[in-house]
Amino acid sequence: MNTSNNMLLKVENLQVVYKARRETVYAVNGVSLSLKKGETLGLVGETGAGKTTTAYAILRVLPDRTAKVVNGTIEFEGKNLLEVPENLMRHGIRGEKIAIIFQDPMSALNPIMKVGDQIAEALKFHNKEELSPEKIEEQVDRTLELVGIQKERKYDFPHQLSGGMKQRVVIAIALVCEPVLIIADEPTTALDVTIQAQVLAMIDELREKLGTAMILITHDLGIVAQMCDNVAIMYAGEIIEIGSVEEIYSGKMQHPYTTGLFGSLPDLEKKTDRLYPIEGLMPDPTDLPTGCKFNPRCPRCMDICREVQPGFSVEGTHRVACHLYGGGTGRETDE
Amino acid sequence: MSEKKKPILVVNNLKKYFRTKKGLLHAVDDVSFTIDEGRTLGVVGESGCGKSTLGKTILRLTEPTGGEVFLEGEDIVSMNEKQLRKTRLKMQMIFQDPYSSIDPRMSVAQIISDPLKVNRLCGSRKEIDDRVDRMMDVVGLAPRLRDSYPHELDGGRRQRIGIARALALDPKFIICDEPVSALDVSIQAQIINILMDLKEEKGLTYIFITHDLSVVKHISDEIAVMYLGQCVEKASSDELFSQPLHPYTKALLAAIPVPNLSKRHARPTVIRGEVGNPIDPAPGCRFAPRCDFATEKCVGRNPELREVANGHFVACLLHNGEM
Amino acid sequence: MFMGKKSSRSMSPLQETIYRFSQNKVSLIGLAVVILLLLVIIFGEFVTPFENGVKQNIRIRLQGPSAEHWFGTDAYGRDIFTRVLHGTKYTMMIAFPATFIAEVIGIILGACAAFYSRWFDNILMRVLDVFQAIPGQLLALAVVAALGGSIFNLVIAMLIARIPASVRTARSIMISLVGQEYIDAARSYGSRDYHLIFRHVIPNSLGAMIVSMTINLSAITLQVSSMSYIGLGVSPPTPEWGALLSEAREFIITAPHMIIFPGIAILLTALSFNLVGDGLRDALDPRLRD
Repeated sequence: MNTSNNMLLKVENLQVVYKARRETVYAVNGVSLSLKKGETLGLVGETGAGKTTTAYAILRVLPDRTAKVVNGTIEFEGKNLLEVPENLMRHGIRGEKIAIIFQDPMSALNPIMKVGDQIAEALKFHNKEELSPEKIEEQVDRTLELVGIQKERKYDFPHQLSGGMKQRVVIAIALVCEPVLIIADEPTTALDVTIQAQVLAMIDELREKLGTAMILITHDLGIVAQMCDNVAIMYAGEIIEIGSVEEIYSGKMQHPYTTGLFGSLPDLEKKTDRLYPIEGLMPDPTDLPTGCKFNPRCPRCMDICREVQPGFSVEGTHRVACHLYGGGTGRETDE
Repeated sequence: MSEKKKPILVVNNLKKYFRTKKGLLHAVDDVSFTIDEGRTLGVVGESGCGKSTLGKTILRLTEPTGGEVFLEGEDIVSMNEKQLRKTRLKMQMIFQDPYSSIDPRMSVAQIISDPLKVNRLCGSRKEIDDRVDRMMDVVGLAPRLRDSYPHELDGGRRQRIGIARALALDPKFIICDEPVSALDVSIQAQIINILMDLKEEKGLTYIFITHDLSVVKHISDEIAVMYLGQCVEKASSDELFSQPLHPYTKALLAAIPVPNLSKRHARPTVIRGEVGNPIDPAPGCRFAPRCDFATEKCVGRNPELREVANGHFVACLLHNGEM
Repeated sequence: MFMGKKSSRSMSPLQETIYRFSQNKVSLIGLAVVILLLLVIIFGEFVTPFENGVKQNIRIRLQGPSAEHWFGTDAYGRDIFTRVLHGTKYTMMIAFPATFIAEVIGIILGACAAFYSRWFDNILMRVLDVFQAIPGQLLALAVVAALGGSIFNLVIAMLIARIPASVRTARSIMISLVGQEYIDAARSYGSRDYHLIFRHVIPNSLGAMIVSMTINLSAITLQVSSMSYIGLGVSPPTPEWGALLSEAREFIITAPHMIIFPGIAILLTALSFNLVGDGLRDALDPRLRD
């Protein structure tokens, strides 16, 4: 599986800033990741870690007025997406090859349009094969059935559907053009547990059936364990640990932040008296600490951590950016 | 465990119905329970199961349609405004949304001291200031934040303000309505630890309302599972997780994604269908339309919440010996 | 997305609003004009005595702008600059109290409607429906026609025309505030209703109410002028702006300066109030700008 033509997406040293009136927010600071065909990568982190910004940068849907990609390349099927002209992005890539599923199904759907029409619209917009209206209709029905909604419901308006059904419609819109990559931005956060389980099971099944690659953005380590092949943990705009699920959940190395994330979760199988949270807060993205960005909150912080930004310590496919494991093996910093 | 049992809150057949355009919504329908002093009752359920309404009805922030609520033997439901204000000194609430539950025009110190001021509990200004400082210390807010305003603070700190405000009156009993669901995991754990420490130190009694089963297991002594306005199962926390009886509880437990690799790709048994709404419900088990074990007996008559083992109550015909 | 703000300097919401307003140049110009108007009201007499504006001198009638008479003279040889300057006072004497009282009544009735039982809200809304079914201008005209055209009566007329809208605005703002969880929270720790209204609901509504007030001010300025213009406002010798326009009507071709200068005064005033209002709205809720 190591041949390079299996490679679907390769992000290299991506840096994104938001410029507000007086301050610059360093949202993504040198993210590198890669994704093979049919693979699922979990992008994990808390609010403000830069997960969504990374995803939006890949799709090139960052707000023009404030956001700026300062550095990096995003290679998708051999093209650097950052250099592709916008009309090519719109016709041919965004929505067609790379689709996104948003967190909030309520605001992702147009409330005054029948759901069937919304799915058909996505298809018509990218209608390269010049499908006849009947064919489009057929494809809509097929996609609805794929996500577990009876095709008769395509005449419903979004408010007539429950939250879980709406998210299924959103997923149907994403799938209708048969993309090769889906970016799912917290797809089940707005749903109840039992509905979440239904939707996740459905996504899992579809991915297997269609062979679509996926970047799953989430804060829930449980969902990652269930769904992903590889995991990237983000903190303050950087990937601080990346590897296969096995390596992240039971590998030899573990970034103290990852340890903190696991410690913050109550264990369902054992009775614990106390949780071990990470003390302190996310750093101010306009004024990030020097050295390791996690150092002010890190229980195992050393002197070097305050000075030098750690590089990756590598073990197989597992990479951890922490001085505890050596970490000093030079890492480009653009400060 | 040998402490003597003293019920602090007794809820009998509490009902709250809302009139809607489509009919009468049975948000809380005939819920009864007792909490002993110093214990925590977890109330779990999905959106629309009535758990938040239950909390607000106990405090009489919304007027109950029927039933009784006794706090230390006094019936809250039949109290007049004045008695109610006095009783509310003993019970407080921590709200879900750290953004809308504190007044954006007040500084941290003003928010925390407001309960003292409106109840005219502290005489001098200094007394109030001291108490505010102490409360801020208890919930881990740095003293320099005294004059900050909520919009300058993140969700975790705002939620600490909410907790400090609830503690300012030194209540015995606190209803926590999803106090951590709007927060990030690492901040969640900080808040949960604060709540657990406070319980230890002050002997507080909690009702902990949440949709997050792992949190509720961690913090509760007893758990009540709600579905569409009714309590379907109630047991001690350990018992409920090791011996869930009601098919809904089982489905709920199976649906939690576990943060380790033991259940990876073992597809959980997913329950079908969606949560309905309890508008003019017909008698019968409300979970029956989604239940794999439902028979014609489940329709037509409400299953009673019966004790099937020591302290383990379930409202399901499968376990009531009727099937 | 952005958290962990620098905590070195705390600004109250009021200070924040002032700071943000001060960053908005266009609104600052509006504010400058409003302040100028207030100064004119207070110090107008020192700039040019009122006497110049009523003293008739047929020999210099209908003269264009000159060094002596900046805005020229009218049909009776009165100095138009003086008349416009002092007209500010009359227009504002109607607009300010009418707006202020309308807002206060709006806040009180709006708070009661949002806060108390449904039947009060229902009755109030139906009464307002009746009032709003009649155009405000017509209502104001009817009041003046019945009571006569004095400044006091104009204030009453403006009030009756404006109150329904300001009650509605206040009510909708306050209904959204009453639904906030902090109201529930305050009730849960024993706040009485007047605490809720005066400590939480009204302070939180003030920002939005001030915005609506500035918009109202400009609307009332225009309405007062238009009433005087059709002769139902302040009676002729008083140099109210609308009355000035009315006097200039006959001379629009021969002496256009008579209509231009009061016209500019009205335009500038209404515009400035609107600019200040817009600036305040943006300053109160920066998200609205995007």
